[in-house]
Amino acid sequence: MSEMRQLVGLLKQIDDQLVACMRCGMCQAVCPIYAETGLEGHVARGKIALLECLADEVIKDPAGVKERLDACLLCGSCQANCPSGVKALDIFFKARAFLTGYYGLPPVKRAIFRGLLQNPKLFDTVLGVASKFQGLFTKPVNDMLGSSCARVFSDLIGGRHFAPLADKPLHDVATQRDTPRGHSGLKIAFFYGCVVDKMFPRIGEAVLKVCDHHGVGVFMPHAQACCGIPALSSGDRETFEKLVALNMKVFAESDFDVLVTPCATCTSTIKKIWPLMAEDLPATTRYQVKELSAKVKDVSAFLIQDVGVTPADVAVSGEPVTVTYHDPCHLKKSLGISAEPRALIGCNPRYKLQEMEGADSCCGSGGSFTLQHYDLSKRIGKRKRDNIVATGAAVAATSCPACMLQIGDMLSQAGDTLAIRHPVEIYAETLAGR
Amino acid sequence: MSNHLSQKFEEIVGTGNVLASEVDRHNYAYDAAVLPPQLPALAVRPETPEALGRVVKTCNELGLPLTVRGSGTNLSGGTIPSEGGVVVLTGALNKIIEINEADMYAVVQTGVVTAKFAAEVAKRGLFYPPDPGSQAVSTMGGNVAENAGGLRGLKYGVTKDYVMGMSFYDVDGELVKTGSRTVKCVTGMNLHGLMVGSEGTLGVFNEIILKLVPPPKASKAMMAIFDDLGKASETVAAIIAAKIVPATLEYMDDFTIKTVEDFAHAGLPTDAKALLLIEVDGHPAQVEDEAAEVEAICKRVGATRIQVAKDAVERNKVWEARRAALSALARVRPTTVLEDATVPRSKIPAMVGALEKIAEKYKLTIGTFGHAGDGNLHPTILTDKRDHAEFTRVEAAIDEIFDVALSLGGTLSGEHGIGMAKSKYMVKEVGQGSIMYAKRLKAALDPKNILNPGKITGA
Ligand SMILES: Cc1cc2nc3c(=O)[nH]c(=O)nc-3n(C[C@H](O)[C@H](O)[C@H](O)COP(=O)(O)OP(=O)(O)OC[C@H]3O[C@@H](n4cnc5c(N)ncnc54)[C@H](O)[C@@H]3O)c2cc1C
Ligand code: SF4
Ligand code: SF4
Repeated sequence: MSEMRQLVGLLKQIDDQLVACMRCGMCQAVCPIYAETGLEGHVARGKIALLECLADEVIKDPAGVKERLDACLLCGSCQANCPSGVKALDIFFKARAFLTGYYGLPPVKRAIFRGLLQNPKLFDTVLGVASKFQGLFTKPVNDMLGSSCARVFSDLIGGRHFAPLADKPLHDVATQRDTPRGHSGLKIAFFYGCVVDKMFPRIGEAVLKVCDHHGVGVFMPHAQACCGIPALSSGDRETFEKLVALNMKVFAESDFDVLVTPCATCTSTIKKIWPLMAEDLPATTRYQVKELSAKVKDVSAFLIQDVGVTPADVAVSGEPVTVTYHDPCHLKKSLGISAEPRALIGCNPRYKLQEMEGADSCCGSGGSFTLQHYDLSKRIGKRKRDNIVATGAAVAATSCPACMLQIGDMLSQAGDTLAIRHPVEIYAETLAGR
Repeated sequence: MSNHLSQKFEEIVGTGNVLASEVDRHNYAYDAAVLPPQLPALAVRPETPEALGRVVKTCNELGLPLTVRGSGTNLSGGTIPSEGGVVVLTGALNKIIEINEADMYAVVQTGVVTAKFAAEVAKRGLFYPPDPGSQAVSTMGGNVAENAGGLRGLKYGVTKDYVMGMSFYDVDGELVKTGSRTVKCVTGMNLHGLMVGSEGTLGVFNEIILKLVPPPKASKAMMAIFDDLGKASETVAAIIAAKIVPATLEYMDDFTIKTVEDFAHAGLPTDAKALLLIEVDGHPAQVEDEAAEVEAICKRVGATRIQVAKDAVERNKVWEARRAALSALARVRPTTVLEDATVPRSKIPAMVGALEKIAEKYKLTIGTFGHAGDGNLHPTILTDKRDHAEFTRVEAAIDEIFDVALSLGGTLSGEHGIGMAKSKYMVKEVGQGSIMYAKRLKAALDPKNILNPGKITGA
């Protein structure tokens, strides 16, 4: 009971944010989960109402509230569309942390977050071994990592068609580096993120190739840790804070102009969630977090805005390849970036962009959401797949490796043969040496 | 007992469609009105018309209060259930049954979302004009039950002008058909007319037949800026007097202008005292003429500046500023109380003046915008419902707003309905006789008083 009181006390901390919701219901128009289930408890208004009830102690069922809260992609569509400016994502992250504090983390997640994620070296080693034995260790691996963001082993779960772990992760194929500014006069720190490292090293290689070509110096340390979003969205604030601290140690003191990531989720986490959740960290760390989060940028935005890349002068023969672009929620809804990835794709004259219906509607991935609610996630993903296929494109491009996994799963299950690419890969193809 | 109840409804609508957990009950206890929630016993979601009818019948047999819920966006507490009652969700009854291009009508189930319907109609080259601000989420059933209107009300009318007929369930679960697919129809009583605006108190809608019209071929939008409120409302009167009926004629006061500008950076003149946003539509030649005339009237009556949108982009900018009004105001304070007192057009200056005095008297922040063309104003009180002292003043201010509106020959609600929020004022507007008549009507049609009890005429 005293724990319950503590939970109530914590919820009161976000009371101001909760009352900002005027219950207008406009979030119903954009919530991908509500579109599928039509349940009030699955839209921001409903979740906020439940949290208010919990804070006011008129509801006695925190487990029920948690269940509703967990059925959420954290896609931010509601927040982007809210007339009242309700910070729904802030509310959801904090509330999940409070509720997880109340219930404790499930043992599997505990093992993954606290045992592996907090220890990047071990994480790499385990996954390195796993990549060689993926076929053999199906079951134990699934149990161990089933709920992580990286969802590295998700290919082994429940009929999914996921890209397997890369034979060699990025940190094996590309050595650490710290190259000076070249003719661009710019230097980046390269935060590649777990999924790119472990499943799509080719994206990381494309980033490096582009930077080399444009004379951009690169600081790429291998000791970087996960951005922390899988832990935080599961309510594990402790692991999240440790991961932020680990990254601070690596990046805070280094010399670079922009922290570049090819992962929409990492970008928005570092930009928005790090400072939001850093309140309880020591003052100096808090300051560093702010400085770093001010520097983070999606790779397409960096190349278009800062490097100023323009359409490449390459010979085009035959019909251009049709490509359609999916806006990751974490890029468009959270950060308002949608023109730059398209502009980057447009820099490759061999491709022709064909917009799909609902390019900015969520693909249904939502981190570990897809693991807990695979059926719902699939229904949302299926719409995305249909919209992609309707364009007749041969390539589906997007700026988030998590979306790539989800879209790949959906296309593959439907027997489609589209390629899935990151805009930076498409651009990198125009550069000499290919 | 509630277990038993769930079972009874599960037999009708299926297991997954009965929502009875504590969490679910709390989720269907409120709507968009700033009123205290009330817990239903359960919510049910019929997926077929037959199931809907059986649900109604069962509620009547058991004497259970029944509240139909579309999207719960009404601002008058119309979907706040009775304690221990049943909430009927129309979300799964969302089929557009027919869009008839030759005869220009459509038939829909009640859970169809307004904007989706309007878009489907537009795809076929036709037009469904009612466009409430909530259209992205509101349902057709909710629109009909609230007689919803929108920005185009002045020229194109409101929902009631488009309801040609419908079928609805009475309390015994009998299907009642009224109206038809023909433009003319005088068969039987005009029961669908009775259903429009009935807020779920007289029957549960099943299918609605809606009139469609040809879309206007051209339109032109402009923004007129005033340094004096009187001049803005004189302009409204002068435009109408010139026998021009714009498709939209919207008003924004200085507080709203400043707040919108701070929030949306739409390029609004923050030193203006009032703004009119005007759009004329119709045949291209007529649009050119009328736009020129409207512009001339604005200048003559005293607009300090007029911006005519040159293309679709500029037109959108004008409307974005208007659409941002509520959003911008809603961000100022935690609680937003949106009212919709409506007065005859000529009384707008008097109403606006009174609102200023009321804000001052009760020490409240009130931003006013709305549909100047039809006299429908949205005084929006910005407050914090947790501040009890202040909220008491808010309630007193609302009382006074309605008193003023009525004294000016106006009405309690231009479009949001009466629900629970305004039932106590009803007698002031329509008198005891009307209330008794409505009550007798209801008692005859709904002897156990199960259909959304307590709404419109009160308990
Ligand atoms: C931001 C915002 C802007 C708005 N702008 C406007 C506006 O411009 N114009 C306007 O008129 N209103 C406006 N409204 C109010 C509201 O959106 C409308 O009244 C709308 O019609 C309600 O639709 P709904 O589907 O949400 O109905 P609900 O709120 O769910 O229900 C409204 C009423 O209809 C009844 N009902 C619903 N379905 C049925 C059925 N099948 N059978 C019988 N009764 C039924 C309910 O019992 C209830 O009494 C606005 C609201 C918001 C939050
Ligand atoms: S749109 Fe915003 S204010 Fe409206 S109900 Fe949703 S969260 Fe609340
Ligand atoms: S974050 Fe996305 S899924 Fe979650 S409530 Fe908001 S819109 Fe719905």
